[in-house]
Amino acid sequence: MNIHEYQAKEIFRQHGIRVPPGEVAVTADEAEKIAAKLGTKVVVKAQVHAGGRGKAGGVKLAATPAEAREAASKILGMQIKGLTVGKVLVTPAEEIEHEAYVGAIVDRSSGSVVLMASPEGGIDIEEVAAKTPELIFKEHVDPRYGILPHQASRLAHKLYAGDPGRARQAADIIRKLYASMVDAGASLIEINPLITTPSGELRAIDAKMNIDDNELSRREEIAALRDIESEASAEVEARSKGLTYIKLDGNVGCCVNGAGLAMATMDLVKHYGGEPANFLDIGGSSSPEKVVTALQIIMADPAVKSILFNIFGGITRCDDVANGIVEATESIELKVPITIRLTGTNEDQAVKILEAAGFSAMTDMDEAVQKAVELARN
Amino acid sequence: MAIFADSSTRVVVQGITGRDGSFHSAQMLDYGTKIVAGVTPGKGGQKFEGTIPIFDTVEEAVRQEDARASVVYVPAAFAASAICEAADSGIELIVCISEGIPVLDMLRTTRYVSDQGARLIGPNCPGMISPGQTKLGIIPGQIGEPGPIGVVSRSGTLTYEVVWALTREGLGQSSCIGIGGDPVMGTDFIDCLDAFERDGQTEAIVLIGEIGGTDEQNAARHIRQHLSKPVVGFVAGRTAPPGRRMGHAGAIISGSQGTAAEKIATFRDNGVDVAERPVDVPGIVARALNV
Repeated sequence: MNIHEYQAKEIFRQHGIRVPPGEVAVTADEAEKIAAKLGTKVVVKAQVHAGGRGKAGGVKLAATPAEAREAASKILGMQIKGLTVGKVLVTPAEEIEHEAYVGAIVDRSSGSVVLMASPEGGIDIEEVAAKTPELIFKEHVDPRYGILPHQASRLAHKLYAGDPGRARQAADIIRKLYASMVDAGASLIEINPLITTPSGELRAIDAKMNIDDNELSRREEIAALRDIESEASAEVEARSKGLTYIKLDGNVGCCVNGAGLAMATMDLVKHYGGEPANFLDIGGSSSPEKVVTALQIIMADPAVKSILFNIFGGITRCDDVANGIVEATESIELKVPITIRLTGTNEDQAVKILEAAGFSAMTDMDEAVQKAVELARN
Repeated sequence: MAIFADSSTRVVVQGITGRDGSFHSAQMLDYGTKIVAGVTPGKGGQKFEGTIPIFDTVEEAVRQEDARASVVYVPAAFAASAICEAADSGIELIVCISEGIPVLDMLRTTRYVSDQGARLIGPNCPGMISPGQTKLGIIPGQIGEPGPIGVVSRSGTLTYEVVWALTREGLGQSSCIGIGGDPVMGTDFIDCLDAFERDGQTEAIVLIGEIGGTDEQNAARHIRQHLSKPVVGFVAGRTAPPGRRMGHAGAIISGSQGTAAEKIATFRDNGVDVAERPVDVPGIVARALNV
């Protein structure tokens, strides 16, 4: 789960990392009032779960409250990577002497948390990593011990070589960053940029945090940060029913059990000249109800011209899926053709259930995908 | 022969009385898995299906029934603890089917397991099967046949698809290992590749990867340096959209977004044939075996 910049900054603040003041506005009026209260030049920043906000025009400087109002009215409602901006953060514009990068991520290949820092922070940090990897400094943290003081200090002294004052501040921030990550159950946490003000003080003026979904059941206060309105509504509905749905731009609606098979199915749709309308994984041990929800979500997408079911029964029983398809099509009218491929656990019962309801079922994945792609063309 | 587990492997099921645990224990017994004990704290002294003793702790299952491998079906909140208990009790092979374990917990758990000298497969995986001998987990027994192909995969149902395709073409399997889809896991591609390389039954290996991370790239380089047996790859997610990625840390650490295109290119650069479609896997394997 992603959380917004202003929420991540609040977690930083609770852990003693210095962040600028600021408040969230959902209307241009509110943005103007916050700017007036701050009494200084401000930045109005889109709060949206997508990278590249600045490049998309979602971050604007405003010298006066009236300008803040104008900036907010432009940003609110703006689309960034398919998501509508519903909130802006209004925060003082800081004077920046230097921009650094500090972040941490769970690194699968080393089985540890890797802390990273670079004196070349800012929006081009990935380019820095690709072209001048010697400017990215790393520390691997053994999760059994947590970050050790010498590790934070070593990283900080590389980051601000020859400047012990800033290095001391940075070591403190790095330790607190790791504590924020562990306390919030984050799998990724980032300050980019970590700025130096003209008086030599370090401040986090942007914050990103990605929470491990598996942590949410034991961290109610973090789970409560979920901003449902900022997510695509079909994705929210799917998640509440235990499905994973991601909308795409094509016209072949896909319903598959298992993420790997779902991706392989989408790849095949493309291979045979079609375009998948979505990724949809109904997961294991599927009940008929899950299938009904899945079909409703797919059919609600007006771009879908053909629906494809691809089920390899293991824990998922093919008869459950067949019952779900029959049940769903009794309550909702099918406006587009449906192609069903089932094989594995209880395949025979499933075929009988489907045939009794007037559907036919296939057992070969490639044939089913080709047929679904063909039907989407008509 | 097979890797990690065969017909002689003595298995304890942790969470044997739960909904998933009891269903799949019955399936494993049908398949021929030598389940010698179950563990559900508080239900010690009962029996599963009237014959298999249930204990409160893994330690008792090891001491009284000489269990050597464990399959974990307990709910996510208790799964990391169940894995550690198994490792601490002297279990050599732990297969964790449970999904939903927080990744920060898994970082500690995988280190604990290796400190005890045990092997963990998973979590969030379908387990493993050595066709004709044993299965530990939820892979449907009927899709495999004994034979010379080793299969290792990050996926569940996609593995079934490929194994079934191999079986239909008469290419049986030595062992099929689902290593799981979580970011931090016990056994990885390289562990399985090395085990298949040493296994006398295995003549060729199928590796099924997907987008995300750099495990496939690491495996590709390992294959060129250390494997003599042919390996055929497949990577799911060629058409996955780049997504609304947040933050740069992933790209900084792996140098890319872990796209399918990059993984496929790395496989080919290292001499590994990559199938376009799952159905193409058996043909490429057959060609590799005839060389």
